[in-house]
Amino acid sequence: MTAALLAPAGVFFLFLLIIPLAVVLVFSFGERAPAGGYAAAFTFDNYLNLPARSKAFINTLTLAPLGTLLTAIIAFPVAYFLAVKVSPRWRVTMLVLIMAPFWTSQLLRYYAWIMLLGAKGIPSWLALIGITDVRLINTPWAVLIGAVYGFLPLMVPPIYVSLEKLDKRLLEASADLGATPVSTFFQITLPLALPGVATGSMLVFILLMGDYILPQYLGGGKVFFIGNALVDLFLQSRNWPFGAAVSVALVLIMLVTIYAYMRFVLSRGDRRRAALV
Amino acid sequence: MKQNVIEFRNVSKLFGNVAAVIDNNLAVEAGEFLSILGPSGCGKTTSLRMMAGFEQPTSGEVYIRGENVTGVPAFRRPVNMVFQHYALFPHLSVQDNVSYGLRQRRPRPATADVAKAVDEALSMVRLDGYGSRRTYELSGGQQQRVALARALINRPAVLLLDEPLAALDRKLRRDMQVELQNLQRNVGITFLLVTHDQEEALSMSDRVCVMREGRLVQVGTPRELYDKPVNRYVAEFVGKSNFFKAGEAGKVTSVRPELIDVAKSKKALPDGLVTSTEAKVLNRIFLGEQTEYRVASESLGEFAVVTPRKAEREAGAFDIGDRIAVGWRAEAARLLPDE
Ligand SMILES: Nc1ncnc2c1ncn2[C@@H]1O[C@H](COP(=O)(O)OP(=O)(O)OP(=O)(O)O)[C@@H](O)[C@H]1O
Ligand SMILES: [Mg+2]
Repeated sequence: MTAALLAPAGVFFLFLLIIPLAVVLVFSFGERAPAGGYAAAFTFDNYLNLPARSKAFINTLTLAPLGTLLTAIIAFPVAYFLAVKVSPRWRVTMLVLIMAPFWTSQLLRYYAWIMLLGAKGIPSWLALIGITDVRLINTPWAVLIGAVYGFLPLMVPPIYVSLEKLDKRLLEASADLGATPVSTFFQITLPLALPGVATGSMLVFILLMGDYILPQYLGGGKVFFIGNALVDLFLQSRNWPFGAAVSVALVLIMLVTIYAYMRFVLSRGDRRRAALV
Repeated sequence: MKQNVIEFRNVSKLFGNVAAVIDNNLAVEAGEFLSILGPSGCGKTTSLRMMAGFEQPTSGEVYIRGENVTGVPAFRRPVNMVFQHYALFPHLSVQDNVSYGLRQRRPRPATADVAKAVDEALSMVRLDGYGSRRTYELSGGQQQRVALARALINRPAVLLLDEPLAALDRKLRRDMQVELQNLQRNVGITFLLVTHDQEEALSMSDRVCVMREGRLVQVGTPRELYDKPVNRYVAEFVGKSNFFKAGEAGKVTSVRPELIDVAKSKKALPDGLVTSTEAKVLNRIFLGEQTEYRVASESLGEFAVVTPRKAEREAGAFDIGDRIAVGWRAEAARLLPDE
C-alpha cells in the first residue's frame, strides 16, 4: 500500500532527478566533441578547469546569500506587521497584495527595474537632490534589489505563518518579567519565528543560487551567476562536459551549504520542535 | 497601619460599550493573600491585567506601593503574574524560563548569582534538579510550579495569579492549594488570586473580594463573607443558603442549611428557636461527613437542611417522605437586601 502510494514520487525522482544527475555526472568526466557537445572520455580536466569560471562562482556565492539575508531582513517586519498588527479581517487581502507582483510576467518586471535603475531612473532623481554619479543598473546592487523584489513574496508567507502561530501571551509574559519590547523581540519573537525564517531563506537561497534571468537582466552580463555560465557553456560554446562539471560543482556547493544551514537550525532540534507546537 | 501594595482608585474599564470593571476601589495589603471571586465574565481577569499593566483603566488610577502607576507599561511594574495556561517559553529550558526575569535587569546580575537564585526558586517549588529540562516535557502540575518559580524569583510587590489551578485535575488542585498557601507564608509575598471557585477562595485567602458584573460587592475575611454577607448575591455565592420571603419589601431572610435544627417532632426540637415548623423530607443526599436534606413545609416552601453525621448517629437518619420538625435560632436568620 505504502509502496503503491510512493511509486509516482519514486518514478518522478528516478526520471527527473536521478537519471539526469547521473547523465550530468558522466558528462562531466568527458570531452567536448570537436563540433560541440559530448564525447566519451574519462578525464578530470573539466574540474581542473573550474577556476576559469571563478568569477561566476564568487558572484553567486556572495550575492545569493546576501540577497537571501536582505530579503529575510525586509520580509520579517512585513510578516510581523501582518501577523501581529493588522486586524485578521485585512490579513488575507494584504498577503494577496504582497503576492500580486508574482502574477505579472517576470520579464516584464525586470524590464521595469531596468528602467528604474537605469540612468534615467533613480540615479537621475538622486541627481536632482545633488547626489550625482550613482550607477545602479549592471552592478551587484541592481542584482540585490532585484533579488529582494523578486523573492519577497516567497519569504513573507513562511515567516508570517510562524509569527501568526506565536502565542501572544508569551509576549505578555515576557513584558511581565521586565523585558522591554526590544528584548522581547530578540528573546521571544525572533527565536520562535526562526523555523519560518529558515524555510523562507532556504527557498529563496536555492532559487537565487540557480538563477540566471535576474543577473542577465539586472546584471547586464557584468554581474553574472553560475547559471549564466551554464547557459553560455551549454548553449553558446557548446562545451557540455565543462558545463556538466560546473553543474556538479554547483549542486555540491548547494548540498553542503543547505546541509550546514539545516544542521545549524536543527541544532536547536527540540527548540524548533517546541516552536512548532 | 499596613501599607497598601496595590490600590485601585475609582478604576473603570470599558471595552467599546462593554463595561468590564466599574468604579472599583480596592486596596491590597502588604503580605496578605487576597482572592477576587466572581462568576465568569465579571471582570476578574481585566482587573488583574490592569494591575499587571497589560490594560490601562478607562478612568481612575492604579497605585503600586503608594506610587501612581497608571499608564506605566507592564515591563516597568514591580508585579509578576502567573498566567492561566502558564505561558512558559517553549524554546527555553526550565532554568532559562525561571531566570528570565533576573536576566532582564540592568545592570545584569552575575551569572553565578542568577544560577543560585534559580536553584533556590526551583527548590522552593520542589523542582530541584529539573533546571535543564524542557518545559513541554513536564506535567501540568510541574509546569504550574515552573510558572510560580519564574514569577517569585523576582520577589514582586504582588504576585498576580489568574485562575492558576483551573487547568489541573481535582486531586492535584487540592494539593496545589495547600502548596500555594504554604509558599505564600514562606516567601511573605503578597498574593492576589483570581478564581471563580468559592471553595478555593475561602480556603486559601486571608481576605476575599466578591465581584459581580464589574463591581466589587464585598471585601472581607472568608468568615465575614460567610457569616455577614452584605446581600443575597454574596450569601448565595459564598457557601449555600436558603432564602425566605421577609416582611420588608426588597429584603429576604437568609438561613444557612447547617444552622437549621431538625428533629423527629416539634417537641424534640431544642428550646429558643424563633421559627419552627413541620416539614416533609423530599430528598436526601449523603455527603459523607454530613447529609443534605431537601424538605418542604407549608409555610416556608422548599429548602435545604444539612445535618452533621454526629447528630445523625444520635437521632438517626430521616427517610424520604418522613414528616419532621425544623427550626432555627434568631441569630441564624439574616435579613438581607434581595439583590
Ligand atoms: N479585550 C477585550 N475586548 C472586549 N471585551 C473584553 C475584552 N476583555 C474582556 N472583555 C469583556 O469584559 C468582561 C470581563 O471580562 P474578564 O475577562 O475580566 O472576565 P473574568 O471575570 O476574568 O471571566 P472568566 O472567569 O470567564 O475568566 C467580559 O464581558 C468580557 O467579554
Ligand atoms: Mg478570567
